[in-house]
Amino acid sequence: MGGPESFGAYLLFIVGAVLVNNILLAQFLGNCPFLGVSRRMDTATGMAMAVIFVITMAGMITYVVQYYLLVPLNLEYLQTIAFILVIAALVQLVEIVMQKSLPALYRALGIFLPLITTNCAVLGVALINIKKDLYFFDALVFSFASAAGYGLALVLFAGIRERFALARMPKVFEGTAIGLVTAGFLALAFRGFAGLAG
Amino acid sequence: MLMATLAIGGLGLVCAVGLGVAARIFAIEVDPVVEAVEEALPGANCGGCGFAGCSSAAVAIASGRAAANICVGGGPEVAEAIAEVLGVAVEYREPEVAQPDCTYGTDQADLRFIYDGVQDCRAAVLLSGGAKYCDVGCLGLGTCAAACPFDAITMGEDKLPKVDPTLCTGCGTCERVCPKHIIKLTSVTRRILSFNTLGDCLAPCQATCPAQIDIPAYIKAIGERRYEDALTIIKEHNPLPLVCGRVCPHPCEDTCRRRHTGDPVNINHLKRFVADYEMNSGKRIEPFCLPKNDRKVAIVGGGPAGLTAAYYLARLGYAPTIFEAQPYLGGMLRFGIPEYRLPKKILDWEIQGILDLGVEVRLNREMGKDFTLEHLRQEGFEAVFLGVGAWGSRRLGVDGEDLQGTLPGTTMLIDRGLLKDTPVGDKVVVIGGGNTAIDCARTSWRLGAAEVTVLYRRSRAEMPANDIEVEEAEHEGIKFHFLAAPTRLIGENGKLTGIEFIRMELGEPDASGRRRPVPVEGSEEILPVDNVIAAIGQFPELDFLKTDEEGKRIELTRWNTIDAKTGSMQTSVMGVFSGGDVVSGAATVVQAIGAGRKAARGIHLFLNQEDPEPPDNWVNDRLALPMLGDTPDAAPAGPRARMPELEVPRRAGSFVEVELGLKEEQALAEAQRCLQCGLYCYRRETQASQPAAAAQQGGRS
Repeated sequence: MGGPESFGAYLLFIVGAVLVNNILLAQFLGNCPFLGVSRRMDTATGMAMAVIFVITMAGMITYVVQYYLLVPLNLEYLQTIAFILVIAALVQLVEIVMQKSLPALYRALGIFLPLITTNCAVLGVALINIKKDLYFFDALVFSFASAAGYGLALVLFAGIRERFALARMPKVFEGTAIGLVTAGFLALAFRGFAGLAG
Repeated sequence: MLMATLAIGGLGLVCAVGLGVAARIFAIEVDPVVEAVEEALPGANCGGCGFAGCSSAAVAIASGRAAANICVGGGPEVAEAIAEVLGVAVEYREPEVAQPDCTYGTDQADLRFIYDGVQDCRAAVLLSGGAKYCDVGCLGLGTCAAACPFDAITMGEDKLPKVDPTLCTGCGTCERVCPKHIIKLTSVTRRILSFNTLGDCLAPCQATCPAQIDIPAYIKAIGERRYEDALTIIKEHNPLPLVCGRVCPHPCEDTCRRRHTGDPVNINHLKRFVADYEMNSGKRIEPFCLPKNDRKVAIVGGGPAGLTAAYYLARLGYAPTIFEAQPYLGGMLRFGIPEYRLPKKILDWEIQGILDLGVEVRLNREMGKDFTLEHLRQEGFEAVFLGVGAWGSRRLGVDGEDLQGTLPGTTMLIDRGLLKDTPVGDKVVVIGGGNTAIDCARTSWRLGAAEVTVLYRRSRAEMPANDIEVEEAEHEGIKFHFLAAPTRLIGENGKLTGIEFIRMELGEPDASGRRRPVPVEGSEEILPVDNVIAAIGQFPELDFLKTDEEGKRIELTRWNTIDAKTGSMQTSVMGVFSGGDVVSGAATVVQAIGAGRKAARGIHLFLNQEDPEPPDNWVNDRLALPMLGDTPDAAPAGPRARMPELEVPRRAGSFVEVELGLKEEQALAEAQRCLQCGLYCYRRETQASQPAAAAQQGGRS
């Protein structure tokens, strides 16, 4: 088991997860909602919030499944299928609970909640947690930081796309085309964080 | 392998059980009514109902917070389906449709932006709000087209939104998103209740018309041969086009932009053309009316103001009753305007159209004598409109006024209206310079007077009578003595024989802006006469108000007219409204019509417990609107259409109508002369061919 030891190292660990190894722009996970819901700022923020919540939850549960079910039974090779099963059930559970107890938040997140089931960033973070061989608490922090990085990238991107919607644009570049170009530039910009940490 | 299967199966089982338990614990009871209502709703989530999507609307409907017909996207079938679920009857909802209110797109209208270094006006507007020359015009951004949940709006070639009325559901999304408030929901009721505001794109004519008719719209309809549409547009603001088309002094034509390059468009005769078209077609166009609500409103006075108020109240669903002191309806239309200008047959036809909408009439009922405000309230009238007009004739105030042969102008015209005998002698002198004076002179000539003279104390330029009336009177051989005022009437044995008058000259301008006439000492002359007709002004006779307690509380102005608020026409007594000559003093028919419609709006809002006072941005002062000085590049036009008239010899001794009406080809040519103005924009030289193209397509943008 490994993880950061000093406070400074911890800070770098978080910065690394948010910026340097940004799950979206450095590891290219979860691109589908990144392009799908980034047209408008309010949907982008909604999606970001939902993702942060689910990734953090999933990070914890999958950790438990890994170390208290799969490892004792020597079934690590079933990791992927077990995680997907757990994540899907988790998202459903969150949806059911939220609909009853937090109807306002449930309505605000709307369709994004069930969509996250198929978001590969969730599975990605869960798998990275295991691969990095983290302690439970570190895994929790890492999950949250990665999710925050995802949210940051999504909101940044939505802000840019909103401005593009009002700008004069050659016909061929309109819509997804300029979106992909922009995503590329954003990824390049995030490359600039490399060497900062992690 | 067994282990793996068991592990994954067990994990799945745990998940399933967990979900099952959670679903049980956190089960949400969905009201079957809500579910059924949501099922019936179209699911477009347009927000036109005021709720955030169909689900919340369904909850509101099921809990009774919203009506069954709240959905604007679905139409009547959806409302019926929901009403069936709830087991209630559907309330009527008037259909609404979005309508852009901008005539010329960004390519054609004046786009004089003041900005630095920005490439075009759209960017300027987005960055800083912009400084566009026209501050009410469309920016052409297409926000409305993008926002429309029913794909009813497209942006046309001219960068203006086009609404497909068959797809538009009246949800109002476009109205909410339009940054300039160009595109608005409109319905017949909204148009009937609408008055010019500073935010509207108003053509100068429309801004001037006291009845606020949408003049460019109806002229455009005439140009495209849609005569019934044109009449429908007129009747949304003026229920008396047959009358107005004949007698209106058409102030609209005085501000027509065509004046800068020639004669103004013959607006009034185009109105008469479509009104005559309806009458001659033998079929009345049924106006759109709201369902009857059986709420009673009393209209006192059956003149133009009262008829207008009754017409619009009937269209809004109320049950108006007109109380008329005379044995016929029409007021000054019948008793003030002679037959040769407005044939009684035509007036009757127009009035019948108003009565057909369900207006009750009680003739020979005079307020103060036969009934009072108190009686009206007891009978269940919830509001009262006083439109009793100005029937008192001002006296000359000279010696000999009571001699036989002297009569007030209104008396002569009223007697003619009542079909009484009105004999005149050979020599008639009419005193006054208004339309009543000219009417009396021309009537006397038709009754066989050999010599008719009009005495007016100012000069021709100051005459308030319509120019065309004075011209026609001259054609008929009526003499005019300008700058002359009577000083004495001379009689023998109580019978009038002569009139002494004095020459005047014009001095300093008075309060009305006209130069005050000053008598020239010692310039008296005597003219032998048989009759003197005094038509020097009328005033409201308001003694009838003193007959009951409530009437006494109605406040009067210092000019002895009823004091009604300019916007709502509400008097100092709640529920009593007033308009027309009794408020404004003797004025024009079209002013009375404007006041009647304002009062109908005031009464409608009052009866619905809403504030009848108008919003701040009503155009009360025409100077608040910008006006173009000239129109250098206006599309060229031919000469103004000339009204065909009866030849002078055939007019003597007869009261046959003098003006014969425009012919169809004349009207069509005249409609093409219209510049289709907006507040700043107008049809340019380069756009000359466009209306013709539009006419061929027959579409209305």
